[in-house]
Amino acid sequence: MAAEKTTISLTVNGDAVTQEVEPRTLLIHFLREQLNLTGPHIGCETSHCGACTVDLNGRSVKSCTVFAVQADGGEVLTVEGLADGAELHPLQDGFYQEHGLQCGYCTPGMLTRAYRLLQENPNPTDEEIRIGLSGNLCRCTGYQNIVAAVRYAADKIAQAKGAN
Amino acid sequence: MTPGVFAYHRPNTVEEAVKLLGQFGDDGKVLAGGHSLVPMMKLRLAAPTHLIDINAVAGLHGIREDGDVIVIGAGTTQAEVLTSDLLRQKCPILPEATAQIADPQVRYCGTIGGNCANGDPGNDDPAVMVGLDARYVLRSGAGERQVAAREFYEGVYTTALAEDELLTEIHIPTPVTGTGMSYHKIKRKVGDYAIAAAAAILTMTDGRCTDAAVALTNVGDTPLLLPEAADAIKGTSVDDDAIAAAEQAAMAAANPAADLRGTVEYRTAMAGQMARRAIAEAASRAAGG
Repeated sequence: MAAEKTTISLTVNGDAVTQEVEPRTLLIHFLREQLNLTGPHIGCETSHCGACTVDLNGRSVKSCTVFAVQADGGEVLTVEGLADGAELHPLQDGFYQEHGLQCGYCTPGMLTRAYRLLQENPNPTDEEIRIGLSGNLCRCTGYQNIVAAVRYAADKIAQAKGAN
Repeated sequence: MTPGVFAYHRPNTVEEAVKLLGQFGDDGKVLAGGHSLVPMMKLRLAAPTHLIDINAVAGLHGIREDGDVIVIGAGTTQAEVLTSDLLRQKCPILPEATAQIADPQVRYCGTIGGNCANGDPGNDDPAVMVGLDARYVLRSGAGERQVAAREFYEGVYTTALAEDELLTEIHIPTPVTGTGMSYHKIKRKVGDYAIAAAAAILTMTDGRCTDAAVALTNVGDTPLLLPEAADAIKGTSVDDDAIAAAEQAAMAAANPAADLRGTVEYRTAMAGQMARRAIAEAASRAAGG
């Protein structure tokens, strides 16, 4: 059976994108191979590890388990879209300041998942951070510094809001 | 890993969806949250040639009360179940069990209908639905019928759902005020299926248990309703002896496979332990106890 392609249009990190994909193309492959956005990583490929996490229409999804056609008409945010120009997002700054990574493989997924968590709960407790990031595995840090990094970011965002 | 080739369909109405299901029969598969189906497709354990994505279907979402029934659209996501005030107030076992399914990312996509209709004994909602005596509304081109959750599950991945039918709604009799309910699950890690899990739903009047239902997850080919465990606590104050008898009944009914989650003996013991904890907690939560 020939693989017929279909055209999808979506917004990725604020940019309008129109591309042809096979229906079976997974969102992670679309992002990495067609858009060259290699921030989202392929880890387990079975929706366990969370390395491929991106934001789709205001929800964190594991892009290895979503088809690109399902994102048609939608809005995708990857780790590449977090920074504001040269200025790191508070979460990225937090991971840097608090040493929230070692090998870095899980980091893009951690950042995008933490981004949505803080959108929904700007002042989470440490336990809420742990539950919120429970779909993202890290085999280096033991998670302590990741929790501290998200806490740092939450505080920094709150301070910036208070200053405005 | 990439799935096999398929044609993608995205109906906007239930009528279109069931028409496609009727048209493609065994070659078609419904895509809801996708977190059971897509991994199976990537492993080529499932290879539908037509995928019918129901995420755009209007009318499959939402949680409402209709008379003395809670109606949940089959496409309602687990994230929506978790944050539903109606469920938290009137049927809190559902958000409680849902919080123990998979992880946050999966729960944004995963649907209650998929969890109920999939037929995997590892799914958590079926035991809850069996305990609550829910009914499933099934639609096909030929019309609509209702099947009790207690009669829906036939075996591993085998249910009363015909290949041309779509689960559209779940109807739960609204638990009477003061009903105590609890879901306990032991698992190896976040995201894993249960080693064993138990749902308990009971009512207490003047310190006595007047009605009870207990059901187990993932220790048999289907969710297991335990009338013997319910009988062991009905009419009692749900004291230690009654709970111990219910625990024994749960262990007697459990029929788990030995797998990476543990030996038959261990998983059977955990089924008893989860039943014990769920019953004790449900009793403590019930008004009138």
